[in-house]
Formats: sequence, C-alpha cells, structure tokens
Amino acid sequence: MNRFDYARPATIAEAVALAAEPGATYLAGGTNLLDLMKGDLVRPARLVDVTHIPGLDAIEPLADGGVRIGALVRNADLAHDADFARRFPAIAEALLAGASAQLRNAATAGGNLLQRTRCAYFYDAASACNKRTPGAGCDARGGETRMQAVLGWSEHCIATHPSDFCVPLVAFDAIVEIEGPKGRRECPLEHFHRLPGDTPERESDLAPGEMITAVRLPGAAAQFAGHARYLKVRDRTSYAFAIVSAAAALRLDGETIVEARLALGSVAAKPWRAHAAEALLAGAQANEANFRRAAEAALAEARPAGANGYKIELARRVVRRAFILAHAGTPARIQALPASPFATGALRHV
Amino acid sequence: MQPDRHAPPSSLSRARTRAFRLNGRAHAALVADHVLLLDYLREGLGLTGTKRGCDGGECGACTVLIDGRPRLACLTRAGECAGHQVETIEGLADGGRMSPLQRAFHERLGTQCGYCTPGMIMAAEGLLRRNPDPDEAAIRAALAGNICRCTGYVKIIEAVQSAAGSAR
Repeated sequence: MNRFDYARPATIAEAVALAAEPGATYLAGGTNLLDLMKGDLVRPARLVDVTHIPGLDAIEPLADGGVRIGALVRNADLAHDADFARRFPAIAEALLAGASAQLRNAATAGGNLLQRTRCAYFYDAASACNKRTPGAGCDARGGETRMQAVLGWSEHCIATHPSDFCVPLVAFDAIVEIEGPKGRRECPLEHFHRLPGDTPERESDLAPGEMITAVRLPGAAAQFAGHARYLKVRDRTSYAFAIVSAAAALRLDGETIVEARLALGSVAAKPWRAHAAEALLAGAQANEANFRRAAEAALAEARPAGANGYKIELARRVVRRAFILAHAGTPARIQALPASPFATGALRHV
Repeated sequence: MQPDRHAPPSSLSRARTRAFRLNGRAHAALVADHVLLLDYLREGLGLTGTKRGCDGGECGACTVLIDGRPRLACLTRAGECAGHQVETIEGLADGGRMSPLQRAFHERLGTQCGYCTPGMIMAAEGLLRRNPDPDEAAIRAALAGNICRCTGYVKIIEAVQSAAGSAR
C-alpha cells in the first residue's frame, strides 16, 4: 500500500474541499478501496475519511412513505432494520445476498454504489486494463469472459458492476444525493453509473470532489413490498459475486399486473433497468408465459462479449424465475440463503 | 474518539496516538495511518492468534470483533479502531479457562489444522452475542465468510450449536 495523506473532516464542506485536490479519494468502509490499495492497483495521494462526519449514518423515513439511507449506513444495519426490511424486502434480500457478515458490518451504502468491478483483469496489475490505465487496452477481450458483460459493453471494456444492493435500488427509482464543489444535486441511480464507451475509467456521474451523501427511495417503492424478490445465481450459494441476478417486483390487482419493476445485476457496467420488459407486463396477466416474454424483452439487445453467451439464456431464466417468486409473494422472513434459488428455511431477522 | 486537537487537517501517513479498548483493557498506541489492524495486532503487539489467510477479505481467518461485531482485520485500518472496542481470540478465555465457544470447538472436534479456527470462533462469537439461539441456517449464514479447508464445516456447525445449547 502506498503512503497517503490522511484527512478526517468533520463536515461535508471540509470533506469536499479536501477531496477536490487531484489524487484524493473518499474513504468510508474501505472494504474495496483498502483491498485495491493493498494490491497497488490504486494509489490515492490522499484519503478523505468521511466516517466521522455526523448525520450521514441515519435511516430516515420520508413523508411520502419512502426512505433516505445515509451514505454511511452499514450494509448490515440497513438489512437488519426491521422497518426497512418490511417495506423494501427485495433490497434487504439483496444486501444479505452480498459479501459476508464481516464485510456487511463494514461496507456502507454509498461505498456499495462506488465499488469497482470484479473483472479479474482489472485486479491483475500485469494485465492491460483501460479502466486502470486509459488507452492500455483490454486483456479481458479474448480472455476469460465467463463472468463478463452481455449488455452495454464496448470494445474498450467488458467488465460488470458487481453490486447486489444497486439492482433492486435501480428497479425502485432510487435517487442519489450528492454534494460537491458546486453544491448539492441529485442523480437518479439509473443514470449514476456509466456504460464504458471509450472512457471506461469514468464509472459514475460523480465529478471530481463530489461525494454521495444519501440514497433515497420514493414511497412508490414500498407499494411493491408484497411481491418483491431478488434472485442471485452464482458459483456457490453463499459469499460469491453474481453471475446474473435480478430484482423483480409486481403490483397486482388480482392476477392482473398493475405495474412491474425489473433490473438485472452483473450483466453490464451498471445495474441494468429493463424498462421494455416492465412496459410489456403492465396490464398483462401474471403468468409464466408473460414472464417469459418479459425476459425475452429484457435481453433483446444482449450480445456475448466472448464465450459468455450462456449468461444471456441464464439471465432470461433468472428473470422468469424472479417474477415467478415475486408473484408467489414476498416471504414473511428472508430465506436462510438470501436470494438463492435453493433457499430453504428462514434466517431470523435480528 | 479524542480528536487530535493540535494536528494539522491532514498529513502524510502520520503516526498518531490512538486509544481504544483491546480485549477489555484500555490501550493506547502510536499507529501510522496506513497500518492495518491485522498487521498491528500480529506484528505490533505479537497477538498472532488473529490469522493472516488470504489478506484480501475473502477467507475470514483474520476475523475480530469491533464493538462486538465481526470485522476483517485485514481490511480495517488500525486507526479506525480509535474509541472502539476490539476483541481478538486472545481475549475470549477467562483466566486460562476456555470460553464456552472455545470449549465447544475443542470438545466437538471443530478444529483440524486450526488455522481458520480463531476467525471461525470470533465470527461465531459475534453471531451468538446478537442471536443467542441461532438455528443451523443462521449459523451457516454467519460463517459463510469463513473458509475452512479441512473440516467440511459439519463439526464447526455442531460446535456452535453445542455452545448455543449449553448457554440455554
């Protein structure tokens, strides 16, 4: 790990001023950043530790029935907040499907959005990577592509965003609250992460010095609570990144779908909202045939980035299965193996 | 945490005095900003019970408790512990007597080569403090981040169940 200038501001304004310097990076839970620094893959000149700024670690109910999640709320605290889990069960399920207990106790909501890809070539300093060194090339292209993107990728980068948390968040129209040198602003999560294009090193909408202060969910998100699931397919049923995941949610009037929400994870450089699939389900009957049509629509533009065409068919099946589970109803308790298709028993929410 | 009142707002990997509680005792140390808790415990203090496994957040061998919650010492700056309670495997025994969980691992043969054991026990300890009566699924979920290459986990799960049962 490189030596760095360490700063621990007490206010957002101080933090933004400290982070505006070139080479500065915000530090929160550190579960991803410190790991990257240990591998010498990133070498920030300054760490601006935001964990001592008061007021960023609250889970606040909003008047419209939504919630504001402070950027510093730890993943475990959010997932185990009984009121949050009751109103946004698919998000709690996604959180508990991610990482391990130890990491969820450290990782923050804001940091989750800003975690880097798990592309093996990004993590291997000896490989060419346009994210690490713009213009260096991409050794993932033509390399081991099993886990890589099938949507929105470019010739310059085929990496995926690995977050579980972001997948239901984007399905439920989450808003990212941001503060920076030019003041306060908001960005819909759907537009927060960028597709690689020819600048894969630019991963988010954040300008230099800007920090996430909160993630907000609108009240409408809670209306799906009875039929909202997160399904995650991975190499093993715990503590692994997704190969493909999906957040699926329904608002039903009898067996008629009033409104559907769908987002996919680990298929692109961003959590992938599937509007076309949602539109197709609105007003339709909740049945397998329609879920199958929605899955086709969600993956209509998918193309393999190498030998990963299997992910396209897998993603269709994950979408269909996620809607079947959502239609069956959100379980009273989150499953023992959260978001696993093999889940049995219940994990007590304490 | 006590702020460094006389410190400039930032400085390059400066060594700072950090006060925290370690295994129940007040502890103060001069720690540089970049030093990780795992290195500080093992090399700074000689507390080698906390193991270095993958050193990258994937194996759980370095699990300690911070404010009673399992955390990875390999991905935690030592300085972050200032003002908090840190517990390592060395702190569990009481005057040479094994803790109930340690005894259960011993009696139920939850240990083979032993390398993952301190991390397993600390992760399980964190679970039992939060949920004193976990079912098997909850134990498996709590230990999902701890890798063991010897046991196949069955005896480890039994040990945690036994410790929880004997506390009932």
